[in-house]
Amino acid sequence: MTLTVNHQRARVHAHPMKRLLDVLREDCGLTGTKEGCGEGECGACTVLMDGQPINSCLVPLAQARGARITTIEGLGGRHPLQRAFAEQGGAQCGICTPGMILAAVALGPRPSLDRMRVGLAGNLCRCTGYTAIYRSIRSASRGSTGSLTTNAREGRG
Amino acid sequence: MLEKAVVEATMQGLISHRTLLEPRRLADALRMLRDEGPLVPMAGCTDLYVALNFGTLRGTRFLDLSRLANLRSIDVRGVVLSVGALVTYTDIIGSPLIRRRVPMLCAAAREIGGVQIQNRGTLGGNVANASPAGDSLPVLAAAEAIVVLLSASGERRVPLTAFYTGYRTSVMRPDELVAALEIPKIRGRQWFRKVGTRAAQSISKVVMAAVAPNDGEPPRIACGSLAPTVVRLPRTEAALGHGAAISEAQRTLLDEIAPIDDLRSSAEYRRRVAVNLLARFWTDFERA
Repeated sequence: MTLTVNHQRARVHAHPMKRLLDVLREDCGLTGTKEGCGEGECGACTVLMDGQPINSCLVPLAQARGARITTIEGLGGRHPLQRAFAEQGGAQCGICTPGMILAAVALGPRPSLDRMRVGLAGNLCRCTGYTAIYRSIRSASRGSTGSLTTNAREGRG
Repeated sequence: MLEKAVVEATMQGLISHRTLLEPRRLADALRMLRDEGPLVPMAGCTDLYVALNFGTLRGTRFLDLSRLANLRSIDVRGVVLSVGALVTYTDIIGSPLIRRRVPMLCAAAREIGGVQIQNRGTLGGNVANASPAGDSLPVLAAAEAIVVLLSASGERRVPLTAFYTGYRTSVMRPDELVAALEIPKIRGRQWFRKVGTRAAQSISKVVMAAVAPNDGEPPRIACGSLAPTVVRLPRTEAALGHGAAISEAQRTLLDEIAPIDDLRSSAEYRRRVAVNLLARFWTDFERA
């Protein structure tokens, strides 16, 4: 079964009902995607599927066939949001961070506070109280085009 | 390490004995349901995979509907709006056609899960899953929607209010699929309110949808999480239609619902919220 993970074609030999989360972690070796609740409540396992945030614990591999998947590894560690989350205290314990950043990527450039609140409502964070997360996204927005390939230097707030 | 190994073994155990059929055409899916059943249909998997992850999912043979593109359309046929079963909540929120004709459905879709669930969960899934707490169901009941069921032997059209037979049970046969929801033209103001612990991600404690026609007809009111199925409130509607005081209509409403105590809230709390929502709807309507 073939899917595109972080711009690379991945051929996976696994049960078609295997969770995308497990395929990414076990078959693709991409352990940046975390499992939290396993019931679609916490958003820790959020990845982008064809650009849309989804909970990878609730997606069978069969439905990811042919899709473009972006995981936290796909941002390369240099995305303005990654830099901003590190600099602005948007990441504390870290379990929600990969999913939170991917959900934030899907908000596009310069989201309003209301848009951030709605767009991140499916990502639970129990450390930051969200204020630092909103601050991080605003900080990343200031120099960012919101593109996945934006140069990291533009993210300095 | 041992714990991780156990978790992996468990997850493997959850799927290794299961079979997934993946039809590309609707006719093939219907034939598989007839000839190769019993099959559990799956679409957005936002309910089904929760059960899978918890080890409570029954069934060993599954039918993936996600490739059936003709169940994804939103279109108007005559005066009827047809919403395909695979239409997601995100599709609903973004559809100008639905926003114009059934704004209360958009309001409900916005309060279902978070964006991750809205991107995957489908309207047909909400109907077929038959939860008494399904947030789109009071909207469909108040809108007098029709459930379009397809099988290899043809089509059946069942009013949503006659679709459910009890807690998580419906008139749908094992060889049938929910293909679409048909929503007639709605005259009058639409109203929707979900009460839960927070706007996103929470299962509703009480959910109510209502239509207040502007032609002297009685209102249409439906609610969820107050009985084993979604319910219309015909006697409450008639009372309000006859000009009864809101306090009298509220007493009638209490006779028409049967809420329970569960981990989300108590029956008493649900009764109070239900009568308050009725008053809110009626005040909003009279003020307009």
